[in-house]
Amino acid sequence: MLQHFLPGISSYSAQSDQLFDLITYVMGFWFFLGQGLFFYFILKYRRKPGVPSVYISGDSKQEKKPIAWAHKLLLVCDIVIVLAAVKVWYHVKQELPPADATIKVIGQQWAWTFVDAGKDGKLDTPDDITTIDELHVQVNKTYHFLLTTKDVLHSFFVPVFRLKQDAVPGREIVGWFKALETGEYDITCAEICGVGHGLMGGRIFIESEEDHQKWVDNHSSQGSAKLGLNP
Amino acid sequence: MSHSNEHHHESFFKKYLFSTDHKIIGMQYLFTGMFMGLIGGFLVYAFRMQLAFPGISVPGFGVVTESGYNALVTNHGAVMIFWFAMPVLIAAFGNYLIPLMIGCDDMVFPRLNRLSYQIFLLSAIILIISFFVKNGGFGGAWTAYPPLSAKAEYNLTPMGAPLWLIAVALEFVAFLIGGINFITTLMNSRAKGMKMYDIPMVVWMIVIASILFMASVGPLIAGAAMLLFDQLIGTAFYDAAKGGDPLLWQHLFWFFGHPEVYVVLLPTMGMVVEVMTTFSRKKLFGYKTFLYSTFFTGILSFVVWAHHQFVAGIDPRMANIFTVTTLLISVPIAEICFLMIATLYGGSIELKTPMLFALAFVAEFIIGGVTGIYLGSSGMDIYFHDTYFVVAHFHYTFVPIAIIGLFTGIYYWFPKMFGKMMCDTLGKIHFWGTIISFNFIFIPLFFLGMAGEHRRIYNYQNFPDLNTVGLFDLRKLATVSLLVMLAFQAVFFYNFIRSLIKGEKAPANPWKANTLEWQAPSPPPHGNFAELPEVYRGPYEFGVPGRDQDYWPQNQPN
Repeated sequence: MLQHFLPGISSYSAQSDQLFDLITYVMGFWFFLGQGLFFYFILKYRRKPGVPSVYISGDSKQEKKPIAWAHKLLLVCDIVIVLAAVKVWYHVKQELPPADATIKVIGQQWAWTFVDAGKDGKLDTPDDITTIDELHVQVNKTYHFLLTTKDVLHSFFVPVFRLKQDAVPGREIVGWFKALETGEYDITCAEICGVGHGLMGGRIFIESEEDHQKWVDNHSSQGSAKLGLNP
Repeated sequence: MSHSNEHHHESFFKKYLFSTDHKIIGMQYLFTGMFMGLIGGFLVYAFRMQLAFPGISVPGFGVVTESGYNALVTNHGAVMIFWFAMPVLIAAFGNYLIPLMIGCDDMVFPRLNRLSYQIFLLSAIILIISFFVKNGGFGGAWTAYPPLSAKAEYNLTPMGAPLWLIAVALEFVAFLIGGINFITTLMNSRAKGMKMYDIPMVVWMIVIASILFMASVGPLIAGAAMLLFDQLIGTAFYDAAKGGDPLLWQHLFWFFGHPEVYVVLLPTMGMVVEVMTTFSRKKLFGYKTFLYSTFFTGILSFVVWAHHQFVAGIDPRMANIFTVTTLLISVPIAEICFLMIATLYGGSIELKTPMLFALAFVAEFIIGGVTGIYLGSSGMDIYFHDTYFVVAHFHYTFVPIAIIGLFTGIYYWFPKMFGKMMCDTLGKIHFWGTIISFNFIFIPLFFLGMAGEHRRIYNYQNFPDLNTVGLFDLRKLATVSLLVMLAFQAVFFYNFIRSLIKGEKAPANPWKANTLEWQAPSPPPHGNFAELPEVYRGPYEFGVPGRDQDYWPQNQPN
């Protein structure tokens, strides 16, 4: 269902969307059951002259039987949802598949800085490519990102990847993603970070292998020193 | 146990400003809370206009800047939860109802009660002052996460942030004092013969809420003190560079913040139970089960706080545990909803205005509960955290709790409070206008959240994927619905004031209810009862077979 609102193009976005569908079907059942009974009772038991209300205390087991059954079923539904949710969570946040490349993502008021390893594929070397608010990645390649912040909390949010991770001062948080389609999409900061929070938008460019190589070749030689940046 | 009441004529000044009468204090809380609610409504009007029509000069406010927008959303959240929902639901109705419903003349600590209101009023004044100081009000969201809230160089509001925090801390102190009073009063001043299971559900709910509040607020007041030190004297509790940890605040805050949701939910559920049983002439289905479910909910609410922090940088293994506990809370909450629905079974339902609001609470709250399952599931929350889906979800819980709950209470107890009947037709117009427009505000926000729109952005022009015509239409729909909802509140105020002046005189028990407050005159005098009542049975004995009347007041011997 989420695909109708926003395409999902990472290796785990489909799982996230399936989880959404699962919860929607399960909770949709409870929602319609609850609301259906509720409105049915309201309509059926409207006050009619001469018809008194029924006296039920609801304290005996016999009277509570339907609710007890509903409860058991609800518990089963909860377990199903927990297992499905934890499975997605584990895949996105706890597993760390081997990386094809590693990038740095640095949040600050109010811009994203991205550091690509450049031609040699190693970070913290002179040919690193530092970009502001623009992240260039290659399709079908597993990236690890090292997320840090220079000042306050930020949150690295790539909606089309179904990926979000807060950046916390004093910590370097590792995460991963793998894009399955090319295109250009938003990167946002999802944690309020001050006056310019609404300006902190970046773009992610997911490129084919040739295009990405071309981009690396064009920028890698410049190095961050030439751009006057201090990654 | 209770203090002696001086039943003599008091001067106006003493009666209305320095009263120790629980009813007057309840009203003071009610009117202050409603006034703050109007302020919260004005704030939301200003920033919703900016979202639907970016850059326009909002009538009555002016152009919304980035910093202005942040201050608006921050204070809308803070005002609506701390200065509207809590004072109205817990303090106002708690103060007004508890002594009346358990059949005593006043609170156990009347002066403490007055102090509680005075501190609350002071906190409200400080909060309002914080809007107008140099550089404007605090704009770091109502959750006030450091480092943004801790350093003026980050939040750019060196005056607004400490004032805001002092106001919040004082407000907590006020409710802590009030909570002590409620619990002590319930335990010591019950009418003769009133056993634990004869206590009306709304009293139980308010007292359980007070217990939850008292158990959770300690860490937060400590955290707020530390945050104030960080702001003002340069300590580093939350400064990672000097060995502190910004996540500490999040844990302290949400350890309070999640129980806080139930602190405001329970009193409303109690009021809804009172109204539903009275207007369907039915005994509450499963009184004890209901009570224990709320206890269980309360206990569980203390072990779910980190579901607000799934992606905040906590250990990812913790998220699995908190997913389990969060989804476990659905069990007692669903139980409560089932019991409310079952209460209607076999009833004789009369759809007067209070009943309409009570029923609307259940219907809307189910939507809030169901959408909470998405956010409590860790895997789903990665995407939805801090998007409009969250906003829509918690407004589907908080609006029924605070706004619908307030109207349920006012329409139901107005005759008791002021001795006049409210106009039912105007009430119904107000009800339908409010409920329909409310749904049209927040259903679009679910879709915006699914499209990945994140919160607290004053203008989406910097995010091309979110700057589309379709999403703008949804934002406009939400804003227009909000204007309609706000406009319909005028009907309520008109009805309120008109009924005060020209309303039909209310009998002591207009709804034919069983609880003790309806056995006192309307409005009750200082001291409440001519002689303290004695209780013979539970509060929901409606439709007992073999009796002429379908209700059986608690204090009627047979």
